[in-house]
Amino acid sequence: MPTPHVYKSEALVLRHINFGEADRILTLVTPQHGKISAIAKGSRKVTSKLASAVDLVTRAQFVLATGRELDVVTQAVVQERFDHLRESLWHATAGYTVAEALDRALAEREPHPDIYVLALDTLRRLDADADAWLADPTPQNPAGPTSRGWAAMRFFDLVLLDLLGYRPAFHTCVSCENPLQAVEDNGFNAELGGAVCPSCSRYAQRRLPLLTLKVLRLVQTTEWHALPVMRLDQRTRDDVEGVLQSILSLNLERSLKSWNLLH
Amino acid sequence: MQTTAAAVTALIEEFAKLPGIGPKTAQRLTFFLLRSPADQTRRLADAIIRMKEQVITCSTCFNITETDPCPICASPQRDHGLICVVEEPLDVLAIEKTDTFRGVYHVLNGALSPMEGIGPKDLRIAELVARVQHSSGEVREVILATNPNYEGDYTAAYIAPLLRPLNVTLTRLARGLPLGGDLEYADEGTLSRALEGRRAFEG
Repeated sequence: MPTPHVYKSEALVLRHINFGEADRILTLVTPQHGKISAIAKGSRKVTSKLASAVDLVTRAQFVLATGRELDVVTQAVVQERFDHLRESLWHATAGYTVAEALDRALAEREPHPDIYVLALDTLRRLDADADAWLADPTPQNPAGPTSRGWAAMRFFDLVLLDLLGYRPAFHTCVSCENPLQAVEDNGFNAELGGAVCPSCSRYAQRRLPLLTLKVLRLVQTTEWHALPVMRLDQRTRDDVEGVLQSILSLNLERSLKSWNLLH
Repeated sequence: MQTTAAAVTALIEEFAKLPGIGPKTAQRLTFFLLRSPADQTRRLADAIIRMKEQVITCSTCFNITETDPCPICASPQRDHGLICVVEEPLDVLAIEKTDTFRGVYHVLNGALSPMEGIGPKDLRIAELVARVQHSSGEVREVILATNPNYEGDYTAAYIAPLLRPLNVTLTRLARGLPLGGDLEYADEGTLSRALEGRRAFEG
């Protein structure tokens, strides 16, 4: 069905670039129209009514007019700003990572409502975690997330891979297809799409310690509300992130710049 | 066959490279200059060349200037214990126009933007930390006057933990309603910040 001349949609702002005197070109993701590019004229002026709605990682209700090259934002009202997330460096970087992953993963005008909902749910979880962390920052790790915030990002990584059709295999060896044993010397190969057993270790691109494997299996097979609090050491967190980033970078055809900044 | 003089075509092409100027505007500007008095055109050309040859970056605040240190950093009338951190030299102009700020500046040359690959090394953040560190306690307050948007907040959130151990007061610019506007047209975010930051009325 062709897009009408003027249409309404809620959207999440993934990206913006300054254009001309006071305009911004936005990359928006919407539930019904997928990823779209639009221009918000005059939105960099302090007095602009659009300014707060077109800020990054903001959910807003938009009225858009279809244009020849870019749609034009005619009205916008903020729905959610995720204010707590913006106040913590780790959480704000995680917000950037969610936006960048969606921008890389989605093609223009191809709706993917499940991914839209996943992104919003993740931002809400990060916002709640930032609120809790700002109220009581962990003295040992002042720039870090709580275990819930960290888990929210790993849940996002795994569900995003699943929804894009790249679900990594953590129960059987991707080479010989035998069930994986609970041992320390399994490996992981992003190009083959999952774990490899010790017998197929020649295909392993990185080690997959047992605790890392258990965490990945747990997050992959558990609903968010049932996911237990995981108190993990930094090494295991790094291992889990490393495995997921290797497979995300491969499938999104580039490593996520926001994630690199965090490390 | 070339129908337009080569010098005219060259100028049109140069104008068209400027931001916000398309081929039609480039043509209009070129033909305006063609019809202008020679001395006016010469003044424009001289101003462009002088700007490129004489403008440098102040080694203290990284604002654009013709002298190093810039007049603001060199002035004994300014309060050197109060540093206002801004993203761009244009922000310095905007604050100077208010004629109310008597401190000095630090220009970052942008804001952190991980998605665009702009990291801390691309900005003058290390120089800011060194400036505060080497001030021997002279710097009392740093105003993080980055833009009130996601990138600006993010940049402030990155800088704050680096400066906090140096025993300086960190502040952000207040957020609220623009002067002369109607309340009913203010967006919810601005209005809620304005309510949070309300002040006692001394009328």
